[in-house]
Amino acid sequence: MFAFTDEQLQLRESVRRYLIDHATVSRTRELMDESAGFDRLSFQGLFNELGIGGVHIPEEYGGAGLSYVELSIVLEEMGRALYPSPYLSSNVFAANALLLIGTSEQKAEWLPSITSGERLATVALYEESNRSIVANIEQSVTDQSFTGTKSFVLDANVADVFIVVARDGFDPVNPLRFWLAHSNDSGIQTIAMESIDSTRRIGRVSFENVKVERLGDRNQDHGGFGKFIDFASVALANEMVGGAQWLLESSVEYANHRVQFGRSISSMQAIKHKCADLLLEIELAKSGAYRAAQAIAAADSAFPAYASIAKAAANDAYMQAAADAIQIHGGIGFTWDNDTHLWFKRAKSSQVLFGTSEFHRDQLLDRIAVLEAD
Amino acid sequence: MEWTEASVRNELRSFLEANWDPNSDLLDWRNKLIDAGWGMPSWPERWYGRDMPQSLLSVVAEEFASVGAVTVARTGIRLLAAETLLAHGNDAQRERYLRKILTGEETWCQLFSEPGSGSDLAGSTTRADLVGDHWIINGQKVWTTSAHHADFGLLLARHDWDIPKHQGLSYFILNFHQAGVEVHPLRQMNGHASFNQVFFNDAKVPRNDQIGSSGDGWQIAMTTLMHERRNAGNIFVEARRRGDFEGLIYEHEAEETKVVLAPYTWYPLRAGRVDIVLPRASDTGAINNPAARQEIAKLMIMSRCAEWTALRARAAQQQGQPQGPEGSLGKLAGSNIARQAAKVHTLISGVDAMACGNDSPESGIIAEILLSVPAISIAGGTDEIQRNIISERVLGMQKEPRMDTGPFKDVRKN
Ligand SMILES: Cc1cc2nc3c(=O)[nH]c(=O)nc-3n(C[C@H](O)[C@H](O)[C@H](O)COP(=O)(O)OP(=O)(O)OC[C@H]3O[C@@H](n4cnc5c(N)ncnc54)[C@H](O)[C@@H]3O)c2cc1C
Repeated sequence: MFAFTDEQLQLRESVRRYLIDHATVSRTRELMDESAGFDRLSFQGLFNELGIGGVHIPEEYGGAGLSYVELSIVLEEMGRALYPSPYLSSNVFAANALLLIGTSEQKAEWLPSITSGERLATVALYEESNRSIVANIEQSVTDQSFTGTKSFVLDANVADVFIVVARDGFDPVNPLRFWLAHSNDSGIQTIAMESIDSTRRIGRVSFENVKVERLGDRNQDHGGFGKFIDFASVALANEMVGGAQWLLESSVEYANHRVQFGRSISSMQAIKHKCADLLLEIELAKSGAYRAAQAIAAADSAFPAYASIAKAAANDAYMQAAADAIQIHGGIGFTWDNDTHLWFKRAKSSQVLFGTSEFHRDQLLDRIAVLEAD
Repeated sequence: MEWTEASVRNELRSFLEANWDPNSDLLDWRNKLIDAGWGMPSWPERWYGRDMPQSLLSVVAEEFASVGAVTVARTGIRLLAAETLLAHGNDAQRERYLRKILTGEETWCQLFSEPGSGSDLAGSTTRADLVGDHWIINGQKVWTTSAHHADFGLLLARHDWDIPKHQGLSYFILNFHQAGVEVHPLRQMNGHASFNQVFFNDAKVPRNDQIGSSGDGWQIAMTTLMHERRNAGNIFVEARRRGDFEGLIYEHEAEETKVVLAPYTWYPLRAGRVDIVLPRASDTGAINNPAARQEIAKLMIMSRCAEWTALRARAAQQQGQPQGPEGSLGKLAGSNIARQAAKVHTLISGVDAMACGNDSPESGIIAEILLSVPAISIAGGTDEIQRNIISERVLGMQKEPRMDTGPFKDVRKN
């Protein structure tokens, strides 16, 4: 349970090799200035060459039928390579919403084209107000029609379909539900939002009397939203530990080459001990991220607590790695030309998406009863 | 033969069925275990073992626990001594010492640290001079846990002062029952006295009790330390669900435990007693305080993730991957957890955190935790030393410039 299988190690290796070839930092820097923000050719290769469009999606919907563990391996490698693409928003978040909540007809209609990369989907969640807390969503759908504005929508600029999280205006308990909307609806307008992290695009999407279709049955339970958020947190946590590991490795490499006072700075304890502490923090965060992914795969009831552990640990480890990496590089670490800031910015955008550490730690204590019982 | 989980269970069950009697004499029972190879099944068959892979030891432990069977003596330094003898001793030494280590008849301690050399273990200035058939030992050790009731010590001492420091060291078995050895207990900041000063005035070690050859001391000490780090925190794994079982042998064992484990009673406290945090937070209402919640959650996250990291390392090893840095990483994680636990216990207790004795939180346990935690980042190699090891051996960073090369007699000392 705590070791990767040979097949999983091979998957990691092939994704890593693909990204080394196709996601060079120089290419990423070019993409940061382009409007789409990602490379369609290398993105298509994920589906055609690597076959990872639907790692955890059942085979009947065109996926590979593997588990969240394999998905997490793919995400960790993408995080390591800082690969800019709508994979997380479409193939993970939107696909998860469909998998968790959609009816079998809806899954059959949408998942195959998402899995093959033909269609890009994204979840529209955050609202303008109360943007810090994930669950504070007030806007609602009435009469199959939605009017409202969603912010921080990942890859909104390229999405073919939006999965909107909004309340059900007709239901007396006013539950959170997911609703499908086509991006070509004339009532939809998307504006790019400026993000410090140009490797992950966000947009503000306004909906004006947009026709929407409810995801899932009217009568199904309301737990789907919480599960969706937890799945998303775990996916992000796994992506984040990959980025943190890259920062540590690049810092050690730099330290081994940089000479001051007639010796390598990597022989200085202030630098060495920082790196040792980072390694420990990153290893712990990896364990949290891996364990939570396993818990999803195994439908373990302690999973919600593990999701909070994973995201809080990844947030702290990635930000610490980012700050320390710049410090270890000295002045050059503060320049645009040095690559460290690209990962720093990804760390920052990931830290606040789907819950800060403070949010998850607070939530963990509410969930800990299950944790202590295992 | 190739062991499997099923074959271990089968054989061990029939052995226990035929032999285990909770009213047998402790010494008789342990000798029986040793002869049958069920005391230390991972050891070689030649030396009381069954050549069993480490990965199956948990199965053995389960079978023992399920019938409440007492195991061979495994606490304290004794197993470090045994592992060192297995790796570097000669057959005569193994014959003389291993069995009585496992029966519990003889107790050991580790004579490494000195007033002038702790982290810098290779800087030992305890003298070993060969005179006839004996090594004559002079000098002083310190922080020696359990020396006050030890029969033997693992001694690192210097036989040659004219060569570089790591090369001039030798490793000995020191018998405490002689006139040249004096032990003075040291009182610790938490009030306990589990470690000691040990003085040698022409103490004698027969030539036969030198382990390895002169100059092998450093390498052998590394074996001892490797086992120490691996076992860090395992001292209490033996804690069986007592009380579920009754019999004479448990009374014998309890008497032994009282003496042998006395120096270690505070060890779970120095690790922070994470287990009592949540119940206390609920009882005191601190669980509703937003600031306390954050710190408690940090502690829970650290300790859970550290547990999983240890399991990952173990699983990787069982798959045949080489042993990684987990010893040092685990030790550093343990220090972080203990410090965070002390912070949380203070937060939960408020002004009560300054109180001790029966009238204080948890009848003094919280105070004892707060006063014991500082030891964890020192004993068994300080946090700074672990960070050096991690950065150099795991991350491949460079060593600091050395000031202690050349003949040891010319190196600056305390
Ligand atoms: C409870 C307890 C039980 C113990 N039991 C035993 C025992 O049974 N047998 C035994 O032999 N010893 C034992 N010890 C001793 C222990 O191993 C030493 O105390 C420890 O290795 C540190 O050595 P020192 O005390 O001489 O401190 P020093 O080595 O003098 O260290 C002082 C400070 O300097 C730092 N420092 C030293 N060198 C470096 C370096 N290279 N880089 C960065 N920082 C450095 C240390 O981290 C520390 O903060 C015990 C200690 C304790 C607290």
